[in-house]
Amino acid sequence: MLEFFNLPILINHYLILSSLIFLLGVIGIFLNRKNVISILMSIELILLGVNINFIAFSYFSNDLTGQIFSLFILTVAAAEAAIGLAILVVYFRNKGSIDVKEINTLKG
Amino acid sequence: MYYSILFYIFSFFVILSSIGVITSKNPVYCVLYLILAFINSAILFLFLNAEFLAMLLIVVYVGAVAVLFLFVVMMLNITIEEKKSKFLKFKPLSVILGSIILVEFLYFLIIDNSTLEKLSNTQNLEQKNNTISLGNILYTDFALLFQMCGVILLVAMIGAIVLTLRKRQGIKKQIIKNQVDTKKEDVIEVVSVKNNEGA
Repeated sequence: MLEFFNLPILINHYLILSSLIFLLGVIGIFLNRKNVISILMSIELILLGVNINFIAFSYFSNDLTGQIFSLFILTVAAAEAAIGLAILVVYFRNKGSIDVKEINTLKG
Repeated sequence: MYYSILFYIFSFFVILSSIGVITSKNPVYCVLYLILAFINSAILFLFLNAEFLAMLLIVVYVGAVAVLFLFVVMMLNITIEEKKSKFLKFKPLSVILGSIILVEFLYFLIIDNSTLEKLSNTQNLEQKNNTISLGNILYTDFALLFQMCGVILLVAMIGAIVLTLRKRQGIKKQIIKNQVDTKKEDVIEVVSVKNNEGA
């Protein structure tokens, strides 16, 4: 049993971990379709999975470019969260709820 | 000795708290689970020699984004009412997605790392300090992308302010233009007072 923990951690482990987190984010989007805040948090989970993937490849291929791209993803995720939450606050102020099913005013 | 057990422990916590994010009934617990997931993945980044990004994840995500989420959740005061099992509704899609992920997992398990040796590019990796070597290529090779990041953040900041700003009625407000435009003659009256008759 303890021999198992003596094996080195390869890139495969990180790839499986990141795709599990990505998958959990996708499942969260489908599971919480009524709540915009949960959808935004699931998007954050997806971006976290992508970041782990980039950094794992950066480490195992000895190239720092992956970390640079992870930095850019972090920037875009922060901007996206700020804008999304601002839209959410404005929508709640106008409508009084954030139910996704009621956001169909633009539908003809 | 058994270093890899640390990877298993922290990745277990990441996955567990991700499950907590998507299944919690209370949105506040969702945000707290999200914070736990971010902290544990910052520790995983430390295993990958990405110290700067680990600290950035804690500072930016836990310190700013998660607190922003928490603030909005508290301010809107929403509750998720019923969350029935809706897995069956998406059966075909879930079968397709699940099979894709399964194939990917099996592929990850059978590949070996020898292909990675070919694409290794060690020229930007003088092992001084992760932050120093990141800065060395961030400000030279990726300077344009770095500036674009600044523009993106500026647009996000202005957008968020413009979206949430509102004019309220009945509030006394300082108008700088009126203050600056005021002349001396409008507000100061010079009165010549006779002797022994003032006030």
